[in-house]
Amino acid sequence: MTVAALLQVQGLRVVYGKVEAVRGIDLELSTGEITTLVGANGAGKSTTLLALSGLVKKAAGRVLFDGRDLTRMAPHRIVASGVVQVAEGRATLTTLTVRENLELGAYSRRDRGSRADDLARVFELFPVLAERANGLAGNLSGGEQQMLAIGRALMARPRLLLLDEPSMGLAPIIVQDIFRKLLEINRAGLTIFLVEQNVRQALKIAQRAYVIETGRVVLTGSGRELLDNPAVQQAYLGG
Amino acid sequence: MLAQQLVNALSLGCVYALFALGFTLIFGVLGVINLSHGAVFMVGAYAAEQAVSHLGLPLWGALIVAFAFSGVLGLVIDLLVLRPLRARNAPHLIPMIATIGVGIILTNAIQGIFGAQNIRFPEQLVSNRTISVEGIDVTALELGIILLSFMLMALLLLALKKTQLGRALRAIAESPRAAYLLGINVEGLFYLTSFVAAGLGGIAGVLIGLYSNALFPLMGKSMLEKGIAVIILGGMGDMRGALIGGLFLGLAEVLSVAYVGSSMRDAVAFGLLFLILLIRPRGLFGTLMERKV
Repeated sequence: MTVAALLQVQGLRVVYGKVEAVRGIDLELSTGEITTLVGANGAGKSTTLLALSGLVKKAAGRVLFDGRDLTRMAPHRIVASGVVQVAEGRATLTTLTVRENLELGAYSRRDRGSRADDLARVFELFPVLAERANGLAGNLSGGEQQMLAIGRALMARPRLLLLDEPSMGLAPIIVQDIFRKLLEINRAGLTIFLVEQNVRQALKIAQRAYVIETGRVVLTGSGRELLDNPAVQQAYLGG
Repeated sequence: MLAQQLVNALSLGCVYALFALGFTLIFGVLGVINLSHGAVFMVGAYAAEQAVSHLGLPLWGALIVAFAFSGVLGLVIDLLVLRPLRARNAPHLIPMIATIGVGIILTNAIQGIFGAQNIRFPEQLVSNRTISVEGIDVTALELGIILLSFMLMALLLLALKKTQLGRALRAIAESPRAAYLLGINVEGLFYLTSFVAAGLGGIAGVLIGLYSNALFPLMGKSMLEKGIAVIILGGMGDMRGALIGGLFLGLAEVLSVAYVGSSMRDAVAFGLLFLILLIRPRGLFGTLMERKV
């Protein structure tokens, strides 16, 4: 591969009590690409993401981001170093306004001056957020909340965006829209790591893909390759 | 007569509100009912009294000592008691019980050092001047309590509403996990919250010590009961609720002393609170037991 690895995960294991949710996985994310981790519910996708953000303990393994070791770093330092996660489901703060949510996205940054520019950029990307800026985030529709969660993550000026099932609970047409925006964000230069149950959509936009089953990576390839793979088709794409 | 009572009620209510504000802030952000808050309030008053009698500090100096001493005490309680329980994901009841123990330790320690009898701030600490406006007498102390309380409460509410730090605290109150993912140093803000809330409690301790002209080791106990009543009335974790609830309790107490009799004070005041909760079980601003700031 010609592009450098931005994030390397080596032998990651996560254990909840007696259950081993992630059983030693290796991942490599290349700069500027969309990488996806797909699999069934409960396969260990979200746990992997939470481990990357430092929200669950790693039983073993290493996480290297652009040469820096994130393995034991506190969650807020991981965000400050440029790895920002959009959590699963309705990750917005419903008791805060849309604008307050977005401003909080820039919390980890010290350069206050450019916050207004970034806000304008997010509003340009998601015009609906500009219209609803002063309303409570809790009053947004599911799709709008997902846009807000993504916009808020962008306010941190991430170098790697982690997304946990952005399609969850959304109508297909909204999902299409969200994925188009993700492509747009990626083309502007942002590296994306996408965890999805909506396997078809995820594989379509990803350069590189991993399939995870019961805590282990069972298949790797380009998004295209996996879309054409008979085993993937049978297991995840409805034959 | 009524106007005069209202002024008295306002100054007393302000102190209740100040105490309850810290109490409810801890609940909103940390999700913990910190039952050592009454003892921390008492310790702040004693620290200020010591600073006045031994160092000869003026009132403003005593208030700063109370804020700092109680604040640091609140921080230490967080580090030694609440933090280990957080790290173990202890259910809500556990820190509540643990802080009862902390309160007992502090109360007994103060009693051991200073005795159980009442002590007082020196008389000359506050000017005994009285301002009369249209037949209503306002003492310098009452006026000072009202102004200081409103200033502190306005500062806190404004900071929560308008600053990035305030937004971060509200984010934690709604979802600590979301706050972590936003890059907020959640643990650090827990410490800050414990410090500020306890500090406000210490200031309230000085003000009530001056108002009732007595400090005693158990002074935090009745205050804690009032504080619990106020934040339940206001809606758990709600700042405006604590403010209005505190003022309401002050009003209810003063009016029941004036029109029913002082022996009936708590019965009437808490009876009224009970009635309000019958009508609004979630409190004035509350969504019951839901954490928010």
